[in-house]
Amino acid sequence: MSEKLLMRGNEALGEAALKAGCQLYFAYPITPQSELPEYLSRRMPEIDRVFLQAESEIAAINMVYGAAGAGVRVMTSSSSPGISLKQEGLSYIAGAQLPCVIVNMSRGGPGLGSIQPAQSDYFQATKGGGHGDYHLIVLAPASVQEIVDLTILAFDLADKYRNPVMIMGDGLLGQMMEPVSFPDRSDVVLPEKPWATTGYTGERPKNIIRSLELQPERLEAHNQKLQEKYADMIATQKRSDEYLTDDADIVLIAFGTVARICRSAIDMAREKGIKAGLFRPISLWPFPDESLAKLGDKERTFLTVEMSCGQMIEDVKLALECRRPVHFYGRVGGIVPSPEEVLDKIEQIVAGRCEA
Amino acid sequence: MQYEFIFAGFGGQGVLLMGQMLAHAAMDEGKKVSWIPSYGPEMRGGTANCTVIVSERDIGSPVVGSPSCVVAMNLPSLDKFEDVVKPGGVLVINSSLVTREPKREDVTVVKVPATDMANELGNVRVANMVALGAVIEATKVVAPDSLVAALKKNLPPHRQNLLPLNREAIDKGRSSV
Amino acid sequence: MRLVFDRPQSLADVQTHYCPGCTHGIIHRLIAEAIDELDVADRTIGVAPVGCAVLAYNYFNLDFQEAAHGRAPAVATGIKRALPDRVVFTYQGDGDLASIGTAEIIHAANRGEAITVVYVNNTVYGMTGGQMAPTTLPGQKTTTSPYGRDTDLAGYPIRVAEMLSTLVAPQYIARVAVNSAPNIQKAKRAIKKAFEIQVNDNGFALVEVLSTCPTNWGLTPEKSLRWLEENMIPYYPLGDFKVPKEVE
Repeated sequence: MSEKLLMRGNEALGEAALKAGCQLYFAYPITPQSELPEYLSRRMPEIDRVFLQAESEIAAINMVYGAAGAGVRVMTSSSSPGISLKQEGLSYIAGAQLPCVIVNMSRGGPGLGSIQPAQSDYFQATKGGGHGDYHLIVLAPASVQEIVDLTILAFDLADKYRNPVMIMGDGLLGQMMEPVSFPDRSDVVLPEKPWATTGYTGERPKNIIRSLELQPERLEAHNQKLQEKYADMIATQKRSDEYLTDDADIVLIAFGTVARICRSAIDMAREKGIKAGLFRPISLWPFPDESLAKLGDKERTFLTVEMSCGQMIEDVKLALECRRPVHFYGRVGGIVPSPEEVLDKIEQIVAGRCEA
Repeated sequence: MQYEFIFAGFGGQGVLLMGQMLAHAAMDEGKKVSWIPSYGPEMRGGTANCTVIVSERDIGSPVVGSPSCVVAMNLPSLDKFEDVVKPGGVLVINSSLVTREPKREDVTVVKVPATDMANELGNVRVANMVALGAVIEATKVVAPDSLVAALKKNLPPHRQNLLPLNREAIDKGRSSV
Repeated sequence: MRLVFDRPQSLADVQTHYCPGCTHGIIHRLIAEAIDELDVADRTIGVAPVGCAVLAYNYFNLDFQEAAHGRAPAVATGIKRALPDRVVFTYQGDGDLASIGTAEIIHAANRGEAITVVYVNNTVYGMTGGQMAPTTLPGQKTTTSPYGRDTDLAGYPIRVAEMLSTLVAPQYIARVAVNSAPNIQKAKRAIKKAFEIQVNDNGFALVEVLSTCPTNWGLTPEKSLRWLEENMIPYYPLGDFKVPKEVE
């Protein structure tokens, strides 16, 4: 690991992508992630890599498609409205089975919304977003160091599965500075990509990157193949973290920035004698339902906290199979909940003043 | 032990940099740190603030409702943040630009004429370092040497000549407490 | 006995799905001939559009990527930037390039991406059943302009070659037609030149090819060739619109 550096989330993400072997980056400016393209526009030419500012989000994701199909590690980033524009491309990329990394430093919506942090793109990221039966792996870091670690993991998982991987941050994580260190990856050998379009020399069958399959039976078979891949992800790629859950009477569920806020609220609650704990999904898709279900084996109450009107709570309820009460607290519009207001909600629930 | 700071002022007063330098110094002392800016559509001339947390243990929320220290570099910042300082906390005021007395009586008020002192040093732009000197003297969050070392490490090469001036500014701020 | 005429190596020996009398097949052949003559097949990557040529990847012995509708220039940009020593071309129709993909083609051209664009203009959306395209001629009847294209309502046909030739970066922009043997010869020269520009000068080149759509025009293949000559060429004049500096 390198020495500790104090870096912004957006910039640390860019550097992590370079460490992971990202050769090309295509993006369009949008707040609150513009430090990422700005950083990479400085760094990539220094190390003979390609930074290109695209004419639109749509062009950027399709450049990613082309470069991923050519067999190199590639990334794009944006924030909510721009991610919406990329959905067509994401569906094609998933259909054509191309590895790439997409970053969403999400902000308040719907529509143009605001530039302040939000988590209201959860449904879009985890349930589809574009057309067709497909999934992204969605990773949600909660610190700048985790941004680094998960970005590197994202590139590896993308190649492993030939599937797009999304880093789901929010405006606050992108803007925040924290100490980070970077792993030394100089001896990492990247996987071969014999399927890439690099020129047909006759030594292999010609390679075609496509999602079109006009024969229904063949398209169905292609979908089944994709589903097998997703089943493997569900079996092996669920990630979560827990804080003080062992003896907890009330377990908060939150990801990203909000998980950090909940941790502080939990510390405050414990000072007041309330046994609270935190379950933090790191992979939003696949959702870590089994670990959460285990917590539901014991008699306790759950509280989902999100910067949305209640999106992840649906997966929480599915995981707990209605065995336990699940409360919700959410702020939207770019408002970040404070630890004090989360604590207030915890106290209300414990006092029996809230209906789940 | 955890310290939470909000640094606030006009855009251009260097309030984001104050917070960053404090975070650098604390990190180099081996402490956990986080820094977040307010960010908005206004690029220049608006109000700016940042939140810095310095802690012995992993930092939970990087957002703070009631910080242990507020640094108000101008009057609008005092108006906005005076009420949120934790009781028993520290309120540092740039008395060169803040024209009213603070209302709070349950906090330690540190008045430092940062802008005037910076002008005396010949460069109004080091008012932020004067104030930061006062902050570290009042809170003891980091050692002065750590702050100077952080400046040295993080000033770009073409600004290294400003190091002695910044060091003077920090000392002046400390002595005003 | 000496073989004087054969299928180009880069053209696959398969039946195409194109309608009888459609000139896509001729254009495919011209591209394959150019690639063979330049001996770059083993390092050429094609990008197929959405439209009648959506299955173009089946008709060439080349690596291919299929792009979303209109996005071929962005996909080609991604490939070329990833593999700068490869030869990358897009094959796009008028709905793909001149309507839904206008942003992508203008900016790829404006960046001077070192790609070759073969732009096939037949004035209609062929694959979806002959709807009005941005290139449909004034008064021309289509399935979505049943009374003829009303320019008050739908504006005028876009002249892509002229429009893109106002940009600084593109090195070669030409318009050709494949309605007669002499015009096919000229089309061949232009397409080959458009690949040469990429291979030798690392520049952007686009050839607009006026093509027929007998099925959707409701004409016989022979009458279609005449209709192209009499109606399209007057509005879409043939020739070079931008040539490399040293040629000027």
